[in-house]
Amino acid sequence: MDVSELLSLTAAQATAAIERGDLDAAELFAAYRSRAADDDLNAFTWVAEDLPEDLHSDAPLRGVPLAVKDLFCTEGVPSQAGSKILEGYLPPYTATSVRRLQDAGATLLGKTNQDEFAMGSSNENSAYGPVLNPWDRTRVPGGSSGGSAAAVAAGLAPWALGTDTGGSIRQPAALCGIVGLKPTYGTVSRYGMIAFASSLDQAGPFTRDVTDAALLYRHLTGTDPMDSTAVGHPEEIVLPTAERLDGVRLGVPAELSTGEGVEPGVLAAFEASLETARSLGATIETCHLPTAALGLSAYYVLAPAEASSNLSRYDGVRYGLRTPADDLVSMYTDTRHDGFGDEVKRRILIGTYALSSGYYDAYYGRAQKVRTLIAREFASVFQNVDFVVTPTSPTVAFKLGSLTADPLAMYLNDFFTVPMSLAGIPAISIPCGLSEGLPVGLQLAGAAFSENRILDAAHALERALAFDGSPPRTREAA
Amino acid sequence: MTEIQYEPVIGLEIHVQLRTQTKMFCSCPLSFGEPPNTRTCPVCLGLPGTLPVTNAEAIHYGLMIGMAVGSELAPRSIFHRKNYFYPDLPKGYQISQFDEPLCSGGRLGDVRIHRVHLEEDAAKLIHAGASGRIHGSDASVVDFNRGGTPLAEIVTEPDVRSAEQASEWLRLLRTTLRQLGVSDVNMEEGSLRCDANISIRPVGQTELGTKTELKNMNSFRFIERGIRAEVARQERLLREGESIVQETLHFDPRTEAITSLRSKEEAHDYRYFPEPDLPPVTITPAMLERARAAMPELPADRERRLIDDVGLNAESARLLSWRAELGDLFEAALASGEAGDAEPQLVANWVNELQARLGDEEPQASKVTPAALATLAGLVASKAVTQGAAKQVLDTLVAEGGDPAQVVEAQGLGAVGGADELAPVVRAALEANPDVAEKLRGGDMKAIGVIIGHVMKETRGRADGKEVTAIVRSELGL
Repeated sequence: MDVSELLSLTAAQATAAIERGDLDAAELFAAYRSRAADDDLNAFTWVAEDLPEDLHSDAPLRGVPLAVKDLFCTEGVPSQAGSKILEGYLPPYTATSVRRLQDAGATLLGKTNQDEFAMGSSNENSAYGPVLNPWDRTRVPGGSSGGSAAAVAAGLAPWALGTDTGGSIRQPAALCGIVGLKPTYGTVSRYGMIAFASSLDQAGPFTRDVTDAALLYRHLTGTDPMDSTAVGHPEEIVLPTAERLDGVRLGVPAELSTGEGVEPGVLAAFEASLETARSLGATIETCHLPTAALGLSAYYVLAPAEASSNLSRYDGVRYGLRTPADDLVSMYTDTRHDGFGDEVKRRILIGTYALSSGYYDAYYGRAQKVRTLIAREFASVFQNVDFVVTPTSPTVAFKLGSLTADPLAMYLNDFFTVPMSLAGIPAISIPCGLSEGLPVGLQLAGAAFSENRILDAAHALERALAFDGSPPRTREAA
Repeated sequence: MTEIQYEPVIGLEIHVQLRTQTKMFCSCPLSFGEPPNTRTCPVCLGLPGTLPVTNAEAIHYGLMIGMAVGSELAPRSIFHRKNYFYPDLPKGYQISQFDEPLCSGGRLGDVRIHRVHLEEDAAKLIHAGASGRIHGSDASVVDFNRGGTPLAEIVTEPDVRSAEQASEWLRLLRTTLRQLGVSDVNMEEGSLRCDANISIRPVGQTELGTKTELKNMNSFRFIERGIRAEVARQERLLREGESIVQETLHFDPRTEAITSLRSKEEAHDYRYFPEPDLPPVTITPAMLERARAAMPELPADRERRLIDDVGLNAESARLLSWRAELGDLFEAALASGEAGDAEPQLVANWVNELQARLGDEEPQASKVTPAALATLAGLVASKAVTQGAAKQVLDTLVAEGGDPAQVVEAQGLGAVGGADELAPVVRAALEANPDVAEKLRGGDMKAIGVIIGHVMKETRGRADGKEVTAIVRSELGL
């Protein structure tokens, strides 16, 4: 098998080829390692030096390489969460999710760049520089898991692990033209994931197709004695086979389909994909999530509130950056001043304010109520439809630097993805077409624990849409 | 003009380290003086990505404490984060309970309980340099062995009215916790720590004065002295026409100096919010049943039993139940079968005599065995020795141990009994005090004390006062 053929395989195809003896796991790893080492997108912050001694090619994932977002702790391997404050930090343990995948036979290829502590929608908030979108290097890959998305889209890794707090898997997957699954909250252990917002953070796969997403997720989900919020999945995750959508009811939320700032090209691709769904037998109806439009406001209170507490541990005392000073308070303030970027500081301030006595009820308390309402509205919508569908992101990949001066405009990127995060329900983004030559994502969200159904529906749509996932440059190179 | 009389109003906050197998939120064993930083793991060090998991045994112990003081038990266990920066707090927040403590209300002895909640202990800071405090120290180091030890914080209502009452009540609390088996309750080792909220007000006034908080007094003696010193300080301020400032204070037992740690203005805003890493846990009937089944006899029950079943007076019953070690000695003495004719009350009186001679020493460590104490009480009951002589025997037993009967024998302390032996001594006493004899003949019986004293001196206390009186009457024909 020549290198370009080998690199063109999906992870599921590669595991099958290795199992048949047609492909050598070490050869596959070496090919990706060399690609990742030559990464000119700044997608990786660390790439494995050598082939690991044990490739676990007998385990189900057959030694297939895996790119892992930097915020997953990996023993003895830099885990910096995109932040200067954790520069060079080597954890003494490996995150449960990564360990599960390694136990299943995945091999750690590298750590991927991200927005600092997963705060951002463009990957421009990384202390290690922005990631470039392989479809257009003047544009962002989305965020916060921009490195994972770009690496998979550019063929630098067969698949990758990311995290999604308000859209950090789905939005970069959309902007890079690949598949991204945010699972039901609690189905994947968070132990070893450097926290942004604990009640929202969830790990999930970036893959070239829906089958790979199912394969990776199957090995990710499970309970964990180290994480009280990890409940596992009540069903075994199966590889999707559906080719039709007969009887499937898709709900287009009135409140989320005509949101401000949705680009016409994105809307056109979205509507065209609804037509495709209809042609596969699905019915499309309007549904109502009256509180969902408030999701963004609630999210930008709750997530910063949790973050302001989660990030308190970066105090210069035991690990990470320390800026020496003459007294304790100066050491704290100087360390955090030097170690955190602007967006992180902004969210710590917002979160601290929202939790302050006298403001708690007005901000945190109300935001929790909005969250509860949104979860209830989704539950009631799912009485009538199987999935809620929206564009994943209101825009295609935007120019580097175009939104950095306007945090609120940047936050609008999460308009379609945040409500599902607040409700804790699963959602997938699959590429559904191009606008201005750039990928557009389609989001399908279902009831809690409906991953098998979502993956099946996404699989049927993926086949019918026949999106060519390779960016132009990758095509030229091949 | 009469001077205003003030009364202290004191509430206590007690931190009790629970004697669980492992720490509150991780699986590290508890530390008992191991070398620094040897009982730690990524979780209790607050490393990035780690998550807490609640120790079920700590909840069990918390429920037992609540049952012991008659609290209302919460239907669920829910934790909050208490956010503040300090080097002994590696996460930058303490996991504690806020508006839903595990136990609300209750009473122990004469003091009402406000609440009992669970939390994690901080690590231990050691400051190098002359001050012994973080300010002005050359360097500070942290020992994380203690960090994460389960704590029950017990908060009383402001029902305590004196320093003596505070330390007496704390002994009752210590006894109760020791009986429950939930803690080592050792003040010197810090497994029982006490803060006191202290205010004073003119006697008769119902509203409370401004309170100060006296921190971390680590012995019963220091608590008494600290409270006394602070009450005196407040009284002096008010008498000088000054006002009390609400602040947190430190008492130095060496110098008796009270210094300010921080004022109200410097008080932290802890920004409490529900701990998102720990889903609330329902307290099930099975958990309650398990706690109930584990309850031993508590001081209040023992007190009632000693009065109702054993027939002790209220004073003895309280002493023997509030100080379990004395109660245990008493019950062992009764059980020894050596008490002969002595009623339980008489045995209890001799436990009290012993206690007065032991001071701070534990009765179990003394040379006086329960059987010896019972034997002594029996000798007194059978009039083989007098009360006075028996006290001399007890002095010998405390110093040397041994069998009371042998001590009586060896020291010739047997009672001088019967008219034959005693009458000549009484006669001699009357002859030696003719003026007293005259008064007695005139019916002034108050003067008999001189004769009894004379006889006691002659017999080294071995005579019975009542018998002496009877002989005097018969000798003088009264």
